[in-house]
This record gives sequence, structure tokens and C-alpha cells, in this order.
Amino acid sequence: MAETGDLVSIPALLARNASQFANQPAYREKEFGIWQVWTWAEAADEIRAIALGFMALGLKRGDFVAVVGRNRPALYWSMVAAQMCGAVPVPLYQDAAADEMAYVLDHCGATFVVCGDQEQVDKVIEVQDRIHHIEQVVYVDKRGMRKYDHSRMNWLADVVAEGRAAHWRFDEELNHRIAELDYDSTCVMLYTSGTTGKPKGVVLSNRNIIETSKNSAEFDRLRPGDEILAYLPMAWVGDFIFSVGQAMWTGFCVNCPESATTMMNDLREIGPTYFFAPPRVFEGQLTNVMIRMEDAGRIKKAIFHHYMKVARRVGPDILDGKSVGMADRLAYFIGDKLVYGPLKNTLGFSRVRVGYTAGEAIGPEIFDFYRSLGINLKQLYGQTEASVFITQQPDGQVRSDTVGVPSPGVEVRIAENGEVFYRSPGTFVSYYKNPESTASTKDAEGWVATGDAGFFEEATGHLRIIDRAKDVGKMADGRLFAPKYVENKLKFFPSILEAVVFGNGRPMCTAFVNIDLNAVGNWAERNNIAYSSYQELAANPAVYDMIRGHVEEVNASVAADPMLSGCQIHRFLILHKELDADDGEMTRTRKVRRKIIEEKYHDLIAALYDGRTSIYTETEVTYEDGRKGAIRATLRIEEATTQPGPAQRMAAE
Amino acid sequence: MNAMDIEAAPAAADAPRIGGVLMEMRNITLRFGGVKAITDISFDIREGEIRAIIGPNGAGKSSMLNVISGFYVPQEGEVWFKGKRRPQMKPYEVAQQGIARTFQNIALFEGMSVLDNIMTGRLTLMKTGLWSQALWWGRAQAEEVEHRAKVEKIIDFLEIQHIRKTPVGRLPYGLKKRVELARALATEPKLLLLDEPMAGMNVEEKEDMCRFILDTNDEFGTTICLIEHDMGVVMDLSDRVVVMDYGKKIGDGTPDEVRSNQAVIEAYLGVQHD
Repeated sequence: MAETGDLVSIPALLARNASQFANQPAYREKEFGIWQVWTWAEAADEIRAIALGFMALGLKRGDFVAVVGRNRPALYWSMVAAQMCGAVPVPLYQDAAADEMAYVLDHCGATFVVCGDQEQVDKVIEVQDRIHHIEQVVYVDKRGMRKYDHSRMNWLADVVAEGRAAHWRFDEELNHRIAELDYDSTCVMLYTSGTTGKPKGVVLSNRNIIETSKNSAEFDRLRPGDEILAYLPMAWVGDFIFSVGQAMWTGFCVNCPESATTMMNDLREIGPTYFFAPPRVFEGQLTNVMIRMEDAGRIKKAIFHHYMKVARRVGPDILDGKSVGMADRLAYFIGDKLVYGPLKNTLGFSRVRVGYTAGEAIGPEIFDFYRSLGINLKQLYGQTEASVFITQQPDGQVRSDTVGVPSPGVEVRIAENGEVFYRSPGTFVSYYKNPESTASTKDAEGWVATGDAGFFEEATGHLRIIDRAKDVGKMADGRLFAPKYVENKLKFFPSILEAVVFGNGRPMCTAFVNIDLNAVGNWAERNNIAYSSYQELAANPAVYDMIRGHVEEVNASVAADPMLSGCQIHRFLILHKELDADDGEMTRTRKVRRKIIEEKYHDLIAALYDGRTSIYTETEVTYEDGRKGAIRATLRIEEATTQPGPAQRMAAE
Repeated sequence: MNAMDIEAAPAAADAPRIGGVLMEMRNITLRFGGVKAITDISFDIREGEIRAIIGPNGAGKSSMLNVISGFYVPQEGEVWFKGKRRPQMKPYEVAQQGIARTFQNIALFEGMSVLDNIMTGRLTLMKTGLWSQALWWGRAQAEEVEHRAKVEKIIDFLEIQHIRKTPVGRLPYGLKKRVELARALATEPKLLLLDEPMAGMNVEEKEDMCRFILDTNDEFGTTICLIEHDMGVVMDLSDRVVVMDYGKKIGDGTPDEVRSNQAVIEAYLGVQHD
């Protein structure tokens, strides 16, 4: 499978899989408590029927088909069916509010919208009085839909039935449209979550997706028979590459969980061999394990801690194939039988051959915990515009503080100002209807600015990312300010969910802290601290004490780095509400939107710098259904001790 | 195996939702010793409607529900069900007739899983005997698979997949109520009796429960009779309302009619003495 040959589109890959892997499982979905399976041949048949049904409904070449809902085979199939018809699939974030959805639907001019269920249909109907180009709405789950006006709405099963019935009429036209697809036709359009401004539609061609899938699949030796769990938002480029691109290229099986709430259980039942998760999933799982171990009996606890110590010492080396003494190997073997094996089984990681985390920095303790258990967890660095992969870590060269070497086929260079640029076959075609942004991001030679600042380590050739290039600034006295660097260190503590550090152009650094309700709530319970709400817990003096401890630890570690010692946090406060994508404070992929936070909480920031010890504030919040409310709170501001950094000492002498 | 294939709903879209009289109470009087809990009450429940019984504390609402469910036998009056006068019956006979209920203070098997609790709702529908079920062999096995499939549809309908295997005792109150509704639905009732389905819930749980009650009525065409204290809920949900006070019926009609009924206003807000 080295050359792509005439496999120049996803439908072409599907046809190959349907003949080559006809009876192997292609999709599974848990429904009614049982895993339902479709082989490649069955899936190809369903997808073709959907495509015929779309034709019968009047889908034209070049139309845009928005797809919105949780990960389900039917929605993945709809995307491929749209491609067959010569249309462009546009997956949307299913938790987006109607307004956000309206922007994207309007921008791409979608004519068809495929919805998972009633909830999504309601949002589409809500925006239809502003957007008039939607011709057909198709839904997968029939529940609650009986009373809707169906003059321009269809149940997907009906579309499929209609497509099958109409195949004599459309077979030839459909075959013709599939044959028209080539390497340069648009494969998918994905909207970036956009930490700044409105989302941009990233146009990715078949070449982008298939070349990237081929290269990355070969890099990790993915093969038919591998299993993945598709649970990350369909609108995110990673899910498209893993669940569509790589799945179609290698012919492995895509498993869809029963619902978002059963994801952990489904993970255990499937036992994927190839697994991707953002750091917060790994953090959450580790926190759960630790909370449960706190409640375990003394003997169990002792065994767990003893063997985890062994694992931390020798586990990563064994995984990397380095030489380890006989005694340690024996101890690790026993630990595997007693602790690691059962633990991996509980977490659903027993069969993971290749695991990736990306999107945010992962805490070294968390990263090492999973690796010491023998899980081949690696890091990659990428973005939508690159069809995910820019750099990734090869087996055996894994560290928590780098993001690896350039992926196969990708060239990377570092600009004068430290910004990372790349060029690859996966580099996006353009931003849809936005030539200015395209031109400012991608130059004539195809180099794309990532917006991240980083450098290559000379000894290993691995890339290290410091921060977003535009977030890196200077403090009032000219020292380097890299907020993300400090925030990540803070977030490595289980009790801190989010942190936002300020200090650009200011004399000192300050921070907002969001506590993790799960971890801190459990801690409060064990320490007999009563609370009735998130807000009350966040304002508790004992919680402040604990967080101050964490901040001071981070200060000590930041102080050790001469370049960044100015970024120590002098004053901080604990926010009374969780930063939330519904309030626009974060992106849907949970990245902090600095600008918006700075505007929204300008009163709090002012208080951080004018020496006050408490401040009264009112904050507007948006509920999931779009209604708005306000919460009021008086927040305390505390000081944290800072260390004299090496740079400061030099300056003083 | 088709992901999109859900069981076709029985109620046809174009048929009128509310049909003829399903159950009729004729001059019911119920006494406990010297105490008259219900005095000469008559009303009917139509097929496919949501019928509410409301009233202040001690008005006799739960007693009325128990008469409907056949648990109490009234000293006077007749209960007519599906056009026939209903004789005195054992609770399981009532269940076999297609009447299911939930309780004000949840009555689930705390130590059993959610799935097993809901399966008990299928008991009256199982045909194989005790021995073949215990041996789980032949016909009994096939039958259990069939019933499990039905139960899974209900689990899916009420969105409780994530607690399928969780013992009921570990669940929060709102979810227990939902499991109880699931068990009642598992008997495939014609008439579903809900005794204060919303009691003790927070706003969000109430909204969920309302949605499930409406969906049940809508998707399965189940007739629902409910007792509820939350007036907002009652007025939004129900098609017709019976108002009781001190064991007597003081109002009967659509929510709007009931709301403007002077006797009802007095019972709820009190009477001004001048």
C-alpha cells in the first residue's frame, strides 16, 4: 500500500475496501446495549444508498452538506455519500449554540443539513428564518420528530429507502460524479474553532487528506484489524483524519459509543488498539484512579503504591526497549500481573498499541504515569490547516516536553522571531471565501505560519513549543512573557482546571485560576470542608491556601528558567465560575480566548494590579439553551511569594 | 442491522390523538372506617390523553389513584374499563389488563441493577414457567432475549444507557424516578398512572421528566393519569384536570377552565371571610 495509484478520493478508497476487506468489520455502534457491526461491504452499500437518496432530493455538485451530531456511523456515511455526489461535507460542532451554527451555515451556504437528532434539528429550524438557502434537513434519530413539518425534511432511513428505490434513475449519474473526483477536488471543509475572531472554513483536498493519512498510517504501522473509538467532535480535523482518512486508507474499524455518558464504559468494551485523546481525558482518568485508590483498603493501597514506584522507575525504559536489569524486569512483571494489567483493563487501554495526545501540553507526571504502565502514549503537534500532522514522536523517542520530529513528508522551519513554519502535502488549499487570510497564512511557496513559537532541540532534533507566537510578549521591564508556559505548569495540578496568566506590558504577572470541581470537591469531602456550590467552594479559604501552595511551587519552577523567570505569579484569584465555551470564554476545543476574557473581566484584572484584596463582580452567563443569567460574587485576591530568579539576581549585582 | 431502524411508533400521525373513553369512575365513595376519603366522585379518562388529578394535601388524590389501579376497592360506585364494569381484582391482574403505575415514594429493588429492575416490569408478559426460566433453556432463553430487546428500547428512550448496570441504590433521586417510569413502561401499559412524578425534583429534572411524559404519550400513545402538586407542570402537561378537595370533586375540565373555576381558586387560595 505504498502508492495511492488511482485511489484519489474517499469514495475510491471505500470501493477498494468493500472489495478487499468485504467481510471485515468497518463500523460498530453500540445501540440498545449491543454492538451492531457493519462490514466494509455493508457500509459501502449503505453509503451508496444514502448518496442515491441525496441525489433524489436534488443534491448538486459543489453544494455544501453540513453534518451535525454525535459520532455515529450514519453521519460518517452521510459525509462520504455527500462526496460521492460531488458535494462538500462540512461537519459542525454539535454543542454549538444556534447562533454559532448560523454563522457557519451562512458562511458556507449549506443546502443540506444532516442532523443527529431532534436537538440539532431544532437549532437548524431556529436559524432558518435568517438563512434561506437550506433546502433539505435530514435527521438520523426519529424520536420526537413526528409532528415537524416534513415538506423539506426527511428521516435518513426514508432517504436510504428512496435512494434504493431510485437506483435505476441515478446509478449512472452517481457513477459519473464519483469518477469525476480527483486528487484536487475538495474532500472536506472544516471550521477552525478560532481563538480569535470568527471561525474560518479550511478547505482540504483529497490530496491533503489521503497523503496525510497514508504517511501517518505508515509512520505508526496502522493496519486492518486495528480498532479506534470515535468519540471526539466530528467537526475537529483529528476525528476526520482518524475516523475517515486513516480508517479508509488502512481499512480499520471505527467504533462509535452509545452516548457521550457511556464513553468510558464503551472504551473498556472495545479496547482500542489506536487511541487519541486530549490531555484532559488522560488527566480525568488519572484523577479518577487516584480518587478511587484513596478509598481503597490499606493493603491494596500499599501494593498499588509500591508497584507504581517500580513502574515509574523502569516502565518507560522497558517500553522504549532500553536495557533494564533482571531484578527490575521481574518486579515489573509481577507488577503487571497485580496492578498495571488490571488497571489498564479498567481504563480500556489493555490493547493500545499507539496512543496519541495533542492539542494542549500534557503534565509530565500524567504522561509518565501512562507510559510507565506500558501504554505507548506519544505526542503530536498539528493543526487543521496541516490536516493534523506537523510533528510527532517516533516509537522509542518519547518525552513529555517535546512534540517530536517532523512527520513524514512535512518540512518545518523556524523563523527569525521563533515562529514555526511548515510545508507538507497536507497543507490546506485555502480558507473558504477569505483570500486575505489565506494569503497571510500561506505564502507563495506553500509555507504556513503556525502562530506558535518554538525551537528544535539540537541534540535530538525534536521540536519544542513554548507558546502562541502572538501571546508571547514583553513585560514592562522588557523580560519575556509566555503565559501558556506558566498556565500549563499550573494546570498540571489536578485541582486546577484552567488558569489564565496576565502580564504583557505590566510590571508583574498575575493569574485567574479555575478549580477542578471533581478533584477539589473530593479533597474537600476528605477534609470535612462543607460547601454547597462551585462558587462557595472556590471562595473557601482552605482552597485558597491549597491553590497558593500550587502557585508558589510553579513560581519556584519558573524561577529556575533564566529566560522566563519574570513570569512568576505575584497575585492571583480563584474565579467564581468555570470558564465556558457557551460564554465565549473558550473555544469549543477548550482553548482559552484571552482577548474575550480580558474584556469581560477587566474589573478583576484591574483589581489584581491595584493592590485591592477583594472585589465585587457581576458576570453574565449563558446557559446551554442560550438563555442568559448573571452571577454575583465577591472574590478575594491573594499574594503568592516569588523566588528571585537567576536573571534578576544578575541584574541586581 | 440498521442503525436508523427504530421501532415504528404505533400511534398514526394523522389520527386524532385523543379517542373514546378508556376508563370511567362512576360515583365512587371510599371509606376507611369512619373516615370518608372519597365522596361520590365521577369522571372519565379518554384514550390517549394526559389527565391530571390535583388538589391540596389530604384531598384524596392518592386514594383515587389507588382505586383506579385496583389496589383499593370502593364501598360504593363502579369502575368501568374499556367499556366493561371491572370486578375486584388482584394487583397482577390489573397489571395484565394494561395498567401500570409509579409510586410517590419510589418502590424499586435497591440492590438490583437498573436493567434488572426494568426487566421485572416484563414479568407479567413472560409466558415460560419458573423452571424453564431458572434453567434458562430453550424457549425461556429466546423469550428473555426478546424481552431484553424491548427493555433496551425503553432504556434508549429514557436516556439511561449510562446507568444500565448500576445498582439502583447508588442512583440520585431524579434518576430513580426515571427508572421507575422505565419499569412502568416495560409493562407496555394502556394506562399509565404517575403518583407525583415531579415531587422533590429540581427544575432541570422536572423539565426532563415533563419531556419524557410528553414523549411517552406522543410516541407510544399511552394514556396517562397523573397526580401532581406543581401547578405549572400540571397546566402545561395535561389535557384535562380533575380538582379534588376534602374527598370531593370541585372542578373538572381543561387547564384554562379549571384555572378560572371559583371553587378551585377558593380551595387553593382560601376564602375571604368578611
